[in-house]
Amino acid sequence: MSRLPNKNKDSGMTRRGFLIAMTAVGVSFGFPRTSWSAMDPATEGGALLPDNGSLYEPSLWYSIDAKGKIKVNIIRAEMGQHVGTSIARILADELEANWDDVEIVHVDSHKKWGLMVTGGSWSVSQSWSVYRQAGAAGRTALLEAAAKKWAVPVGKCHASNGKIICGNKEISYGDLIAAGVTRQFTEAELKALPLKPNDDLKLVGKQVTSLDISNKTTGKTIFGIDAKIDGMVYAAPILPPTRYGSIVTAVDDSAAKTVKGYQQTLVLEDPSQTVPGWLVVIADSYYAAHKAAALVKVSWQAGAAANVSEVDIINHGRELLKDSSKGAILDTGDVNTEPVFSQASSTIEYEYLTSTVLHAQMEPLNALVFQNEDGIWEIHSGCQWQSLTAAVLAAALGVTEDNILIRAYMLGGGFGRRLNGDYTVPAALVSKALGGKPVKLVFTRAQDLQFDSPRSASVQQLKMAFNADKAVIAMEHHATAGWPTEVMIPVFMPKGVNGQPFDPFSIAGADHWYSVGAQKVRAVSNDLANASFRPGWLRSVGPGWTNWALESFMDEAAHHAGKDPLAFRLELLTAQGLNAGSGPIASGGSARQAAVLQKAAEMIGWGTTLPEGSGMGIASTFGQERDMPTWVAVAAQVRVDKSTGLVHVEKLQVVVDAGIIVDPNGAQAQCQGAALWGLSMALYEGTELVNGKFKDSNFDSYTPLRIGQTPEVNIEFIVSPYAPSGLGEPAVTPVAPAIANAIYQAIGVRLRKLPMTANDVKAALIKA
Amino acid sequence: MAKFILNGKSVAANVDGDTPLLWVIRDELDMTGTKFGCGIGTCGACTVHVGGRATRSCVTPISAVEGASITTIEGLSETGAHPLQISWQKHQVPQCGYCQSGQIMQAAALLKDIPLPTDAEIDAVMSGNLCRCMTYVRIREAIHEAADLMKEASHVKIA
Repeated sequence: MSRLPNKNKDSGMTRRGFLIAMTAVGVSFGFPRTSWSAMDPATEGGALLPDNGSLYEPSLWYSIDAKGKIKVNIIRAEMGQHVGTSIARILADELEANWDDVEIVHVDSHKKWGLMVTGGSWSVSQSWSVYRQAGAAGRTALLEAAAKKWAVPVGKCHASNGKIICGNKEISYGDLIAAGVTRQFTEAELKALPLKPNDDLKLVGKQVTSLDISNKTTGKTIFGIDAKIDGMVYAAPILPPTRYGSIVTAVDDSAAKTVKGYQQTLVLEDPSQTVPGWLVVIADSYYAAHKAAALVKVSWQAGAAANVSEVDIINHGRELLKDSSKGAILDTGDVNTEPVFSQASSTIEYEYLTSTVLHAQMEPLNALVFQNEDGIWEIHSGCQWQSLTAAVLAAALGVTEDNILIRAYMLGGGFGRRLNGDYTVPAALVSKALGGKPVKLVFTRAQDLQFDSPRSASVQQLKMAFNADKAVIAMEHHATAGWPTEVMIPVFMPKGVNGQPFDPFSIAGADHWYSVGAQKVRAVSNDLANASFRPGWLRSVGPGWTNWALESFMDEAAHHAGKDPLAFRLELLTAQGLNAGSGPIASGGSARQAAVLQKAAEMIGWGTTLPEGSGMGIASTFGQERDMPTWVAVAAQVRVDKSTGLVHVEKLQVVVDAGIIVDPNGAQAQCQGAALWGLSMALYEGTELVNGKFKDSNFDSYTPLRIGQTPEVNIEFIVSPYAPSGLGEPAVTPVAPAIANAIYQAIGVRLRKLPMTANDVKAALIKA
Repeated sequence: MAKFILNGKSVAANVDGDTPLLWVIRDELDMTGTKFGCGIGTCGACTVHVGGRATRSCVTPISAVEGASITTIEGLSETGAHPLQISWQKHQVPQCGYCQSGQIMQAAALLKDIPLPTDAEIDAVMSGNLCRCMTYVRIREAIHEAADLMKEASHVKIA
C-alpha cells in the first residue's frame, strides 16, 4: 500500500535513504556522491533509474550510459513549468539523441552547479547556450570515437537519433560508450564547438509530452510536504504577532500536555534573525502538534509593526515620493525632464496604487531537516533559490555552507515564494536543538499566509508633458514599494545614474520602450514596508505592478492627446536609439512590441462597437527586463454591471513574442496561467497589512481566480528567429491595465487602484 | 482504533477520533497523493471519495468515516488509466500538479452525476477546487474529453 515503505529499518531511512544508497555506487564526475541524491519526476517515487554499464559524462550537465540512456542534470526547480523537459530537449536536440532515451534529474544543491535559482523567467533563456554547447560536446566526442573506430575522417560521419552514421555503417551511442569514450572539453573548447543551425533543430519547437506530467495525474509526484524519514518528529510553529522584533515573555504549555502525542514546546533562538519570537511545538504527528500548539499560551512583547497598517505604508510612500532627493534614477538616456516639463503646453499626472498580494501557493510551506551520518544538515523541501537559502541556513545553524545540503523535491507552486527559503529555518533550528533528529515542520495555511513575503503595496506617480500639437515630449515615473532584493540580497542591487542602489525587481517595466523624449524613472525603497513585513518576489515582480500604472497611464495619455490608444502607442514604438534593441535576445527592440500590439488588436476586433456596458482595452509590455524582453500584448473584452459593480472579463487575447519557442505546449500553458494570474490580481486578489499582520488568513477570504471566473483565453506566438527569452511571468504584466482600459471604454470610469473591486467600480460611478 | 476501507483494502489506524481523514491517509497510511491545501475545505486539494461522493478529507474527522469505503487518487484506477487521467495527460493539464489529485477526484465524481457536463456545469461543480497555476482552461477541455471517452466506452459495452 505504501509508496514509502519502511523496508530499510536498519539504515533508518525510507525513500530518500534508498536513493542515497543507490546513487552512492555511481561513477563519479570528480565529486563524492555518497551524499548526493536527486529526483527524476517521471519515475515511481522519484528514484533515479539505474545506470547501465559504464558512463560517459561529456560535461557537468549530463551522462550517457552503455545502453545510450541519457540523464540530464537540471539545476532548476520544477514548479509547473516543465522546465526539465524544456532544458533536456535543448541538449538532446544538439546531441542528436533519441528523445526516448532522455531522463531528467533534478539535482540536490552543490557548489559545482554554480548559482542555483529558479525565477525571473530565466531558466530556458539562460540554459539555451549552455545546454546546446553541452550537447554539441557529446555529439563531437561520439563522432570522433566512431571515426577513430572506423578509421575514417570525422567529416564523413554524422550523428542522428542516438547513432553515428558513416556511409552504410552505423553504431549506437550506447555501443560507443561501452567501448570507452573519455573525451573531456575545456571551457574554451566548449565555447568554440559548432552548433546546429537553428533551422535544423528537431526537438526544439515540437510537441513532446513533458516528463513530469504522468505522475501528476496519479498522485505519485513527490513534493516537499511528502518527504518522510524514519524516526522523524512533527513540528508545529507558533508565530509571533509581528514579522520582526517580537520577544517571547511567557510560555504556558500545561493545556497542551493533555494532547496525546505532545512532546514539548521550544522557544527558538535564531542567530540568523529569520524567525525571531517563534516557538515550535513537537509531537508524534502533524495533527497532535497543531492541536497542542493551539493550546500553548504565549505572551510576547510585540515588534514595532504592531502599530503599522496598509494605509501607513501607502502614506509613507507618498511622503517618500514628495522628496525628490530620495531614490535611484535609472539610466533611460536623457533624464533631464524638468526643463521640458516647464515648457510644456500641457501635462497630465496621475497616481496609481496596488495592494499587498499574497503568493498563496497551493502547497503550504514545509521542511524536513536532519543531520545525516556525515554531519551534513539535510534540508528536504521544495526550494527556488538553493544558493540563497543555504547561506541563511548556515547562519541559523552556525555552520559553513558546505555543511548544508538542500535535496530536490517537486514544488507545489513556487511563484517566487520559495525563492526566499526562510521557511526552512525553524525546522533546522528545532533539529539542531534535538541533536540533529529529523524534524518535519508543516505550516497551516493561516501560518503560511501570515509568514508570506508578499508583493508589497506600491505607490506610483506618473507625469507626461505634451507640446502644442499634443505630441509627447517628456515623461516621469516615480515608484515606491517594499524592496525584496534590498532586504534579502542587497548585493544584487545595481546603481542608478545618481549613484543610488535600487531593486531592479521593484522598478523594471517603468524603463519602457516607448520613445517619449526626456524620461525620468525613479525607484524609492519604502523603508516602513521593509521594516514591517518581509517584501517578496512574486510572479512577474516589479513589471506586474509598474506596467499596471504605465499602461493605464498610456491610455489616459492617449485620451488627453485625443488619439486612439492603439495608434497613440504605435506612434511611440519607433524602435530608435535605446529602443532599437541589440544582442541575440533583444534585437528588433520596440518594433516587436508594436507587432504584438497590432496582432492583439486584430484578434479582439479593435474598433468594433460593443453593446452598452461592454468595452475592450489593450496593453502591452516587454515582460521582465530590458535585456531579456518578452514582448506581450493583451486585448481584453469586459462587460460591467453598473448596478452591482461586477466586472465580467469575457475574453483575453494574448500575443507573445519570446523568440524561439522551445516547448510550444508548455509555452501555451505558462501564458494561459500567467494571463489568468494577471486577471486574478486585477480583480480578485489583494490583502492589506493590519497592525503588522495580513488581514486574510485562508481561501475563504483570500480569493484567487476560480474556474467559474475563467474567461476565454487565446494565446498566439509570433514566429520569431531570436534567441529564447522567458515565459513564466511576462503574460501576467499587461492584463490588469488592459482590463482597466476596457472598463474605462465600457463605462467611462478610470480605476487607479488594484485590485479593482465591485465596490471601487460603484464608488467611481457615483463620483463620475 | 479507526477502521475503514481504503482503495478496496481494510485498514486500521491508531489515532484520535477527531483526527482529520487527510492526515490519517497521508501520515499513518503513507498515501501522499491526497494533498493538504487549506485545512478548512475551501480549496479542494484534499478531495477523496467517501462512499463514492467527493469529500474534503481535511475537514472530515476519522470518526465520521468508520467502516466507510474511501477512494483516493491512488485507487481511482489500478493502472492510472481512468479516462480522466488519460485526458489529463493528453491535454498536459498539470503544471505544478499539487491540486490535480483533488481536481481529478472531484471531476470523477462530477462525471458520475453528470456524464456529459456543459461548461456551466463543470464550472459549478469544479469551482470548489482551486488551482493556483490556473490550469482551468485545460481542466475544462480534459473533462469534456474524458466524458466523451466514457460515453464511447459505454456505447461499446451496450453494443
